[in-house]
Amino acid sequence: MSSEFFGNWFLPGIWITVQVTLLSAALAFVIAFPIGVLRTNRLWIVRFLAGAYFEIFRSTSSLVFMFWIAFTVPPVFNISFQPMFAGVLALGITYGAYASEIVRGALAAVPPAQREAGIALNFTPTQRLRRIELPQAWPEMIPPFNNLLIELLKGTSLVSLIAVGDMTFAGDLLRLVKNESAPIYTLLLALYFVFAFVLTRGMRLLERHAKKRVGQAPAQTGLFGGMRAKSSIDAVAGTGAAK
Amino acid sequence: MNWNWSHVDDFMPLFWDGVELTLKALFFGTLIAFSLGLVWAIAQRSEKKWIRWPVTVFTEFIRNTPLLVQLFFLFYVVPEWGPSMSPLTTGIVGLGLHYSTYTSEVYRAGIDGVPAGQWEAATALSLSKRRTWTAVILPQAVRRVIPALGNYVIVMLKESPQMAAIGALDMLGQAQGYSQATFTYEAISVVGVAFIVIAYPASLLLRVLERRLVR
Repeated sequence: MSSEFFGNWFLPGIWITVQVTLLSAALAFVIAFPIGVLRTNRLWIVRFLAGAYFEIFRSTSSLVFMFWIAFTVPPVFNISFQPMFAGVLALGITYGAYASEIVRGALAAVPPAQREAGIALNFTPTQRLRRIELPQAWPEMIPPFNNLLIELLKGTSLVSLIAVGDMTFAGDLLRLVKNESAPIYTLLLALYFVFAFVLTRGMRLLERHAKKRVGQAPAQTGLFGGMRAKSSIDAVAGTGAAK
Repeated sequence: MNWNWSHVDDFMPLFWDGVELTLKALFFGTLIAFSLGLVWAIAQRSEKKWIRWPVTVFTEFIRNTPLLVQLFFLFYVVPEWGPSMSPLTTGIVGLGLHYSTYTSEVYRAGIDGVPAGQWEAATALSLSKRRTWTAVILPQAVRRVIPALGNYVIVMLKESPQMAAIGALDMLGQAQGYSQATFTYEAISVVGVAFIVIAYPASLLLRVLERRLVR
């Protein structure tokens, strides 16, 4: 594999893979929190609609959905967009559904007494969520988010099939041009592995940080030793001093 | 909005061919994933380092790289050294191999879940290693992991369209072929709906199964 091809195709491909990963992860994240929270709502119709979103996207193939957005939506609705937009949208919506399930699960794991404590302190539901439930649920979410992020990173290889020039696409193109495949695909596999490895390690650091934040807090600002708590809100949430 | 139902009708015969191929790939892929996964899981509990290590490295590598690139690798690189396989066979091997690394984690959890007393009881009865696995540990482990394994059947179904990239005429492959030949776009929607129609009832069924088996 000549360095000229590497520079012209592979490096930009790597950059596009990084972009697609980050953008679709961001979109998934933005979707996951409201949907996950709505799935714990009191009204059954709200729970049902948010749940339906999860069920639909859990039951479809992300590749088929991506093809659908890229090739069916534009002609049917008379609009046009870049393939990369279609790829990010498809990945973000699909993985947002999975991530919403993680958010829901983590929120459900917060002890009910914490919620009741919030009610007793006359918190609004939003305050309860922001000050009590989410801070406690957050460390629980990080390990499954990490797994999901690896799945998403691998999922970005699918965008090559709708002609987004990510690193898999670059590899495919190189195979056609250079008519050799072994070094190209071996390199590709190695690259994905390194990316996944780096992501896992990064998330592990984040997890340690988040656990420390919540784990440390009760000793300094717990309900009974609350001298250093800035307010009752921090005391209940158990995150006061570590902020 | 431009939508033409007659294209949907035209596509249906091809669609059923695609369904057949998808189900075939799913069946044999599942067979490979379930049996190889058990092999990995048991190998990773081996006392011998030279068995444990390579298996761990291999499964970690497979798990952390995309199925699509693995399919390309199997389809374009492997024939340079040995046998060349049809797109369907490549798809089956790829799916099976990829998800065997996931099912091995499921088996591992199932095996870990068997109480330590059961191992000790087997030792006390001086059962051979083989008898311990086949008569004591595995029957208890497998029962617990059936719902989780079932989940991977659905996951494999959803990932199987990637075979279309190496030219296998599964549901998506047929839709792609039809769309490109006729310059229409309705076929992909049919396939999308088909996935919901197959996968959603399957996941409901699994939930029932889970309630029965894991108590």
